[in-house]
Amino acid sequence: MATPSDLFCHQLIRRFGNHPAVDGISLDVPAGTFFSILGPSGCGKTTLLRLLAGFDRPDEGDIYIRGERMNRVPPNHRPVNMVFQHLALFPTMSVGDNIAYGLKRQRVPAARRRQRVEQVLEQVGLPGLSGRMPSELSGGQRQRVALARCLVLEPTLLLLDEPLGALDLKLREQMKVELKHLQKQFGTTFVYITHDQSEAMVMSDQVAVMKDGRFDQVAAPEELYREPATAFVAGFVGDNNRLRGQVVSVSGDRAQLRLTGGAIVEGRLAAPLEPGASADLYVRPESLVLSDGEVAEGLSRCRASVRTTLFDGANSRVETDIGGEPVFARLPQHGSAPSLSAGDSLQLAWEPDRARVFGAATP
Amino acid sequence: MIPSVPRTRLFDALYLAYLVAFFIYLALPLAVTAVFAFNDAPFPSLPWQGFTMDWYLADGTAGRTGLFHDDTLLSALWTSTRIALWVTLVSVALGCINAVLFERLEFPGKELLYLLMLLPLVIPGVILGVSILVFYSGMANDLSRQWGIELDVFRPGLTLVIMGQVTFITTLTTLVIAARLRKFDRQLEEAALNLGATPLVAWFTVTLPWLAPSLFGAAAMAFLMSFENFNTTVMLTGSDTPLTVALFNRLREGSTPVLNAVALFLMVVSALLALLSVRRNR
Amino acid sequence: MKSPATRLSLILLLTPFLLWIVLLVILPHLQMLRVSFQVRESWDTLSWGLEQYANFFSESYYWRTFVRTGVMSLFTTFLTLLIAFPIAWYIARLASGRARGLLFLACLIPFWASELVRTYGWMILLRESGLFSAWLQALGWSDGPVEMLYNDAAVIIGLVYNGLLFMVVPLVTTLDGMEENLVEAGYDLGGGHLTVLREVVVPWAMPGIVSGCIVVFMLTLGSYLTPTLMGGKDSAWFTQQIFTQFITRFNWEQGAALGALLLGLSSLIVWAGLKLTGQSLRKVMG
Repeated sequence: MATPSDLFCHQLIRRFGNHPAVDGISLDVPAGTFFSILGPSGCGKTTLLRLLAGFDRPDEGDIYIRGERMNRVPPNHRPVNMVFQHLALFPTMSVGDNIAYGLKRQRVPAARRRQRVEQVLEQVGLPGLSGRMPSELSGGQRQRVALARCLVLEPTLLLLDEPLGALDLKLREQMKVELKHLQKQFGTTFVYITHDQSEAMVMSDQVAVMKDGRFDQVAAPEELYREPATAFVAGFVGDNNRLRGQVVSVSGDRAQLRLTGGAIVEGRLAAPLEPGASADLYVRPESLVLSDGEVAEGLSRCRASVRTTLFDGANSRVETDIGGEPVFARLPQHGSAPSLSAGDSLQLAWEPDRARVFGAATP
Repeated sequence: MIPSVPRTRLFDALYLAYLVAFFIYLALPLAVTAVFAFNDAPFPSLPWQGFTMDWYLADGTAGRTGLFHDDTLLSALWTSTRIALWVTLVSVALGCINAVLFERLEFPGKELLYLLMLLPLVIPGVILGVSILVFYSGMANDLSRQWGIELDVFRPGLTLVIMGQVTFITTLTTLVIAARLRKFDRQLEEAALNLGATPLVAWFTVTLPWLAPSLFGAAAMAFLMSFENFNTTVMLTGSDTPLTVALFNRLREGSTPVLNAVALFLMVVSALLALLSVRRNR
Repeated sequence: MKSPATRLSLILLLTPFLLWIVLLVILPHLQMLRVSFQVRESWDTLSWGLEQYANFFSESYYWRTFVRTGVMSLFTTFLTLLIAFPIAWYIARLASGRARGLLFLACLIPFWASELVRTYGWMILLRESGLFSAWLQALGWSDGPVEMLYNDAAVIIGLVYNGLLFMVVPLVTTLDGMEENLVEAGYDLGGGHLTVLREVVVPWAMPGIVSGCIVVFMLTLGSYLTPTLMGGKDSAWFTQQIFTQFITRFNWEQGAALGALLLGLSSLIVWAGLKLTGQSLRKVMG
C-alpha cells in the first residue's frame, strides 16, 4: 500500500445484546472521496457512524484512519469531525464562537482563530455572519455553519449524519448540489449516511447500500442503479417493479421466466439460478415501453391492465396491474403517450438486458 | 369557555368581575401594608395623618425609631441575608449535582432515590425543623452530658437554620435545574467532544452555559424562599434571630408602622430580585 | 459493562445526594420517631413506651385540634382550587399575548413578600381598628368598630391567600399544554359546558390539580404563622402544639410524638389523594 486510504475498516462488529447492529462491515474509502452509506432506518448506519466518530466502540474488528488504528482513541482525539443529524450547533454561542470552538481546543491563538473563522465562513458562502446567534439563521445557513465548524479543523474525515433531513424539499435539492461542490472544493473525504437514495445518488462517488448491519453492495451510483447486486438493492435504489415467476430456462446470463400470470419473459441473471427456481424479475418504470400492437423483435412483453394514471410532470406514470401486482411504467411527456383510462388493456415491453432476475427470497 | 365557543354576555361580565375581584384580593393586603409605612401615626390604621419617612429614618430621639436605626431589625436583616446566601450556595450546588445524577446517569434504585428526593415536598415545614432539632440538638445534648464534648454548631442557631432550609429548598432547585437539563440535546456534548474537547471541557463550555438561566432562576428562588421562611426557621433559630422571626416577635408585642416599613423594604428587594432573574432568563 | 469513568462520576454525584437525603431527611425523621417512643422518668433516665401517644388520645384538646387542623386544611385546599381554577383557565386559555404574561406576573407579585408580610397585611385590613372596620363605619353600615380578625374565617382567608400561587402555577402549566381542539371536539360531539369541563378539561388538568393541591395542603397543614396571628382562642392549629412542646415546655418526647402524628396525617392524605386520582408523586411533582 503506497498511501493508506483515509478510512479503512475491517470486519467491524457491534452488538447490542444478542443483536448485531453492525455485522462484519469492511470498507475502504480513498482520500477525497464522497462516500455514502445508504440504508433504511434501523439498518445500523448510525451505529456505524458512531463507531467511526468514537462515541461507541466496536466489539470486534478494526478502524484505521490514514493507516492509524483508532479503536482505542477517544472521540476528541480522532482526526474526524461530524455534522450531526440535528446539527448540534451550540445555542449559547454565536456562529463565530461555534466555528472557533474546535480551534480553541487546539489552542490556536485568538487572532489566527478569527482569521480562520472569517475565511471558512466565506468559503461556505456566509461572509460576515460570525456575530449572529444560531437561532437567528435560516435552515440552510445553519447547515453551512455546521459544515464550516467541522471543515475549519481540516479533518481527515468528515462524517455527516443525514444533515439534510430537517430541510424542506426545495432547500434540500439545493443543498445536495452545494454539498457536492463544497466537498470537491475542500477535497475532504466525506462519509455521508442517509436513508434517502436520491441524496446518496446525486452526491456520492461511492455508495454502500446497507441492510441489517451488512453492506449489500458498494459501488458507484450508476452501477448501483443499473447493476444492482441483490434484490434489496434493486428495490431500494430508485423506483423498480417486481414481477414474480419461475425460471423456465437459462442461457448464459439470460433467464426465461414464466410469470404468475402465464407470460414468458426474459431478463438478465444477477446470480446463477437453476430452472424451476422461483425468481423475481425487476424492471424499472423507464425501461418499460407502452404499446398497443407490434413491438420490435427480442423484447419481452406482457399484457397489463390500467389501474390509474399518475401525473407528475416529467415523472408521470401509469399504474397497471399484472397478475394482481402493481406495475408502474413511465409515461413519456412528449405527446406520444396513448390516452389511457382505468380498465384499458395494454402491452408492456422491455429490453431483456434492462431487467434483472434474482432468486426469490424464501418467504 | 374557549374563544371559539360562544359565550353569553352575562357570563363574560361575571367572569370579568370575578377576575377583577380576584386581583383586588391579591393586591389589597400588600397595598395597605405599603401605604401605612408612610402614615404619620404611631399605629398602622386609619385615619391618615399625613406622609412621613419617620418609619425609615427616625433616629429614636423623638420617640420614634425608623428601620435604618433599629439595631435589632438591622442585625436580624443581616442574619437573614447570611443564612440566605449560604442556603442559596449549598442548595444550588446540590440541586445541580442531583439534576445531573437523575437526568444523566443510570443506576440501580434510581426510581426509589428519586422519590426520596421529592420527599421534602410532602413533609410539613414545621416537621422538617423539628426533626433536625431533635436529631442534631439532641446529639449535642447527649455528647455534652455523657462525654462533656460541646458541639455548639448543632445547638439551635445559624447552622441548624441553614441545614433545615437546605433540606427542602434543595428539592426545589433540583426540580428547576433538572427541568432545564432535560431539554438539553446530548448531541451538543458529543459535538463538543467531536470538535476536540475533553468531557470536562465540554461540560463547562457547552452544558453549563445551557444550564445558566436555570441556575440563576434557582438561586433567586432559593434566596427568596430562605429569606421568607418561617415555619422551619422558627424551630431552629438560636440567639441570632433572622428577620422573619424577629418581625414575628415584634408583631406579638403590637404592630407599629416600622413593621410596614420593613415589609415594604422586603417587597421591593424581592421584586428587584425576581425581576433580575426574569430578565436573566429572557 | 460500565467504564471506570462512569463509575467514578456516579460515586462523585451520588455521594452529595446521599449525604443530603440521609443526614437531613432520613436520620432526623427516624430520630424524631424514636424519641416519640421515649418516656422520660427523670432528667437523665429514659425508658420506652407509648405514653406520648396515649396522652394524645386521652387529652381531647390534642386530638380535637388534630382533626380540626386536618379538616380545615382539606377545606382550604379545596377552596383554593375553586378560586384558582377560573383564574388559571383565563390566563392559560382566554388571555392572549401581553395580557397573559402580565396577569401571570400579577399572580406572582404577592409572593415577593413573605408569609409574615402577607399575614400582617390581612391583620391591618381585618382587625377592629382595621381598614374594613373603618370603611364600614364610614359608610354607615356599622355603628362601632367591627372585629373581623381572630376567627376561623379570617384564618381561612389568610391560608387561601398564601396557597393561591402554588395552585395557579401548576394549573396554568397543565392547562397551557391542552389542545384547544380537545375542547372544541367536546362541544362538537354534543357536550355542554359542564360535561366538557368534567369529562375533558378536568381529566386533562388532573396532574396539575393534584400537584397544586398537594403543595397547598402541605403549606396549610404545616402553617404556623397565619393561624397564630389571625386565629382566635378557639382556632388552635396543630403546629402550635408542636411548637409549644418544643420551645415553651422543652418536652421533646411529647413534641416528637405530635410531630410524628402530623407527618403521618399528611403522608396519609397525600397518599390517599394520589390513589384516588390515580396519579403518582413522580408524575405530579417531578
